[in-house]
Amino acid sequence: MRYWTTRRRDVLTGYLFIAPQFLGVVLFVLIPVGLAIWYSLNKWNVFTGKQVFVGADHYAALASDPQLPSVLLATVVFSGGVVILNITLGLLIAVLLNRQFRGATFFRTLFFSPVVVSVVAWTLVWGFLLQDNGGINGLLHAIGVDGPNWLQHGDTAMLSVIVSQVVRSVGVNMVLFLAALQGVPSELYEAARIDGARSRSIFARITLPLISPTVLLTAIITVVGALQSFAQIAVLTGGGPELSTTVLVYYVFQQAFEFNDIGYGSTLALMLLSFVMVLTLLQWQLRRKWVFHEQ
Amino acid sequence: MITARKLLGALALTTAATLTAACGASGTGAEGSKATDVKLRMTVWTSNEDQLKLFNAIGDAYRADHPEVSSITFESLPFADYNTTLTTQIAGGNAPDLAWMGDLSKDLIASDALVGLTDKLKATDGWQYDDLVDSATKEFSRDGKLYAYPFSNSPFALYVNTDLLAKAGQKIDPKTLTWDQVAAAGAAVHAKTGKAGFVVRDFDYKSWNTLATVWTGFGGSAWSPDGKTCTFDSPEMQRAFTFLHDAAFKTSAMPGPGTKADFFAGDAAFTVAQVSRASLLTGSFKFGLYPLPAGPSGKYAVLGQAGVGVLAASKHPDQATDFLAYLTNPANAAKLAQFFPPPRKSLLTGAKLAENNKKLSAAQLQEVVVDQLPNAVTLPNHTSPAEIAQKGKTALDALWKTDADIPAVLKSVCTAIDPILAK
Repeated sequence: MRYWTTRRRDVLTGYLFIAPQFLGVVLFVLIPVGLAIWYSLNKWNVFTGKQVFVGADHYAALASDPQLPSVLLATVVFSGGVVILNITLGLLIAVLLNRQFRGATFFRTLFFSPVVVSVVAWTLVWGFLLQDNGGINGLLHAIGVDGPNWLQHGDTAMLSVIVSQVVRSVGVNMVLFLAALQGVPSELYEAARIDGARSRSIFARITLPLISPTVLLTAIITVVGALQSFAQIAVLTGGGPELSTTVLVYYVFQQAFEFNDIGYGSTLALMLLSFVMVLTLLQWQLRRKWVFHEQ
Repeated sequence: MITARKLLGALALTTAATLTAACGASGTGAEGSKATDVKLRMTVWTSNEDQLKLFNAIGDAYRADHPEVSSITFESLPFADYNTTLTTQIAGGNAPDLAWMGDLSKDLIASDALVGLTDKLKATDGWQYDDLVDSATKEFSRDGKLYAYPFSNSPFALYVNTDLLAKAGQKIDPKTLTWDQVAAAGAAVHAKTGKAGFVVRDFDYKSWNTLATVWTGFGGSAWSPDGKTCTFDSPEMQRAFTFLHDAAFKTSAMPGPGTKADFFAGDAAFTVAQVSRASLLTGSFKFGLYPLPAGPSGKYAVLGQAGVGVLAASKHPDQATDFLAYLTNPANAAKLAQFFPPPRKSLLTGAKLAENNKKLSAAQLQEVVVDQLPNAVTLPNHTSPAEIAQKGKTALDALWKTDADIPAVLKSVCTAIDPILAK
């Protein structure tokens, strides 16, 4: 009897197909996460390479870290602001641009173009615009408005980083929503209009349910992206003023790579990872209620 | 539709990938002095072509007499990320053999991560260890042993845009100049021309350690001499910060937070900056360069330093130390002096420094460098510099508001940094 039967060949082919992805997951996910767990249990002097096992000390330190509550609050405000603004604006722009009119392609390109700009370059430009004597206040001054010192006050600094992030990334959601909107069968709209439905009802009862899988996808992508936003914070505010814009991922960087406390930084990174996983799983579990075609 | 597993994988990847740079263990494999094919690497934060050319020339000359050293590489790292990159290299088991260091030196010395240099330098023929200025070696020494050669010792000085002062009808007498006079003239320039008054370069309402160039004149200091106790809340510091707060929010002698003003672009009447920054002068305006103005405590001098040391994690610490001794011998120190104010008494004369300085005269260099060095204090330096800087800044942010409670804010700075100082 031949060893390489058709079934065995199929199995081998299947494994070969998943091998690159599997290797990537092992190398870049499982091993680093495993190392992060190990580091979180050790105190590591990065200058000498000496590691001392400290058990759960770093996890206990989470409870007594006086900065952590402010960091978590900033993370919630930033992520919440980015997610709400990004999805709302992305959907709004997509709906507006999902029509045939002169210049539609131009506007689609315009809104998408920031996505391809380097995030650091983008943020540096925003940094200049948001200076007290910068471009935005110059424009406001021209129309008789005395603009605030955007990056020097906690609330306006947070607003600034949220808006900068949303303007840069809203194009991705817009494109996803546009693709979804164009997949909605036109007969449904025609039937609804014949039945006398108004635009608002059509959007709420036909469009939104039919694009709900995309809404779920964008929600997950945006939540994850917001929780991992680093460059905007690092370049624009450095986490300040005070701790108003120090989000968790930036705090991880500070602890691990600026303060050289790899152990505590790893603990915070694992906390961030658990937040992302819980949020994603939560959204995934709730999809039955939100997403139209899910069983 | 993306599956939950794939998504989670992506999330885990991005989060955990930030930690992969620290995946290795540090190596210490010293090979002794008889190694062959030795490749030395030194990290620097300059990308100046002339400076790198000089380093390479010195490296080539050394290799000509040391065939066991097959290459000496000067690795230029961006200044902004220098400490992080160097630390990551050390943690990742890829430590350079030699490294420039600024405020990281205390951590490196405290962790025994540097090779002691004193014995080697003293034993090297013609090196002239006693030629070093005491005030320059203090920051890089522990228990009388030198761990890094202070190759750059650039005092802070007051640059004056005399064109702007003339426009505003202001005159100053550099010999009797005080901070109050600088603030008054700066406020007048701002009111008359719209340009900034005085700017503490690189402060930008973030790097508060640069304000030592002001508070030292008020008798203030960030912490006690033994580095154990915060002194931000002392009466001297309250007076210094009240002066700065008034300048920013009452008299507009200093640009407020979020306002950029570059003295070297002609945007300010005065700036406090290191003498080495004179290279930024373009000749677009007339300038004066003077020692720092006197504060209520009288005349003083502040120094910004950089050192070069040998990493204990180097694979070739003996060869690296030998090269460092060559790099910093009297002949090469004289060559380096064209870029970096040296720590050697024999080279510290205005005339010698002026030989390779196109921007400043011998008299200016004598006054702002040579005369200042012996009694200069350094910018605040401590172990855990980044943590102290960040926690201090977070607390100090509350001070840069019109209605700030200055004593309360300074007290909060101490609350924030005292636990780190006490470590």
